[in-house]
Amino acid sequence: MLRQFNGVMKAAVLVFVLFLLAPLTGWSKEAVPVAENPEIEKRMLLLTENLRCLVCQNETIADSRADFSNDIRREIREQIKANKTDQEIVQFLVDRYGDFVLYDPPIKPTTFLLWFGPVILFVVGLGSLIVYLRRRRIQIEDVSLSQAQLEEAEALLNEDKKGKNV
Amino acid sequence: MMRYLIPLFAFMVLAAFLLVGLTLNPRQVPSPLIDKPAPKFQLNHLHQPEQIMSSDENLGKVWMLNVWASWCVACRDEHPLLVQLARTGIVPIYGLNYKDERTTALQWLKRYGDPYAISIVDSDGKVGIDYGVYGVPETYVIDKKGIIRHKQIGPVTVDSLEKTIIPLIKELQQQA
Repeated sequence: MLRQFNGVMKAAVLVFVLFLLAPLTGWSKEAVPVAENPEIEKRMLLLTENLRCLVCQNETIADSRADFSNDIRREIREQIKANKTDQEIVQFLVDRYGDFVLYDPPIKPTTFLLWFGPVILFVVGLGSLIVYLRRRRIQIEDVSLSQAQLEEAEALLNEDKKGKNV
Repeated sequence: MMRYLIPLFAFMVLAAFLLVGLTLNPRQVPSPLIDKPAPKFQLNHLHQPEQIMSSDENLGKVWMLNVWASWCVACRDEHPLLVQLARTGIVPIYGLNYKDERTTALQWLKRYGDPYAISIVDSDGKVGIDYGVYGVPETYVIDKKGIIRHKQIGPVTVDSLEKTIIPLIKELQQQA
């Protein structure tokens, strides 16, 4: 009886120890980011998602693996560490590369066409559609048949019916 | 008649826009640094690494800053032109060796000729960022007051030298 109890205890202890070991394998950390500080990395990513890589122009600096983007990411990390605000960092890049680095360009006279062009096109398109539809309705209303034409049409229709009945 | 003219007119406007679009180069992003003071730097010489060059040394003269690297293929295209230009003595050219290895850079200059008054080293590309460099080769014309007057993105060509760069340099040299 006692021996049996001992065996159960041993098994229980063994299971317990195995449970203790579990975290070592099962709960291993996510891949360690390149930069040591995940907060800096997060801010850097948020910023670079709205910045254009000038080498591969349709990619964001966050996505791009170009050497240029690596350098800019490093620069941004350093500036975050130096307690620069997001605005200061973006301004730093705009000063050097122009508004072209921004995926969200500011509204100013040179970008009016970019921002409002589609609205203008839409209004012009809608306007011409309305004008076209109005004119067409007038045309349709204008087409009214004379009494003689109506009779002729009816005669033709009746002829058709007779033909089918045969 | 108008019914046929309007689509034709619309097509011609569209075609004109597309035609102009064909001649534009999306890689040439106008630099915001034109007519702004050239960013200051203090960098080690390539040939004598113990010596440091400061950008302030060039105040009072018109000079060219050419950004190059031994890994840059297009730099090889423009290099003979720079060597020729240096020989004429019109303008001193300073070479910014951008993100390069010292030994390969020195070998490269030995092989293709060295047009540079001084070569300086920007191994981590920090000064490159200050100058808005994103594709080597790039060439800047800087005036006597240290203001950037022109930026050539991509290799210098005979055309760009004769039509733009050299006339501009001569004009800038006339200024006080």
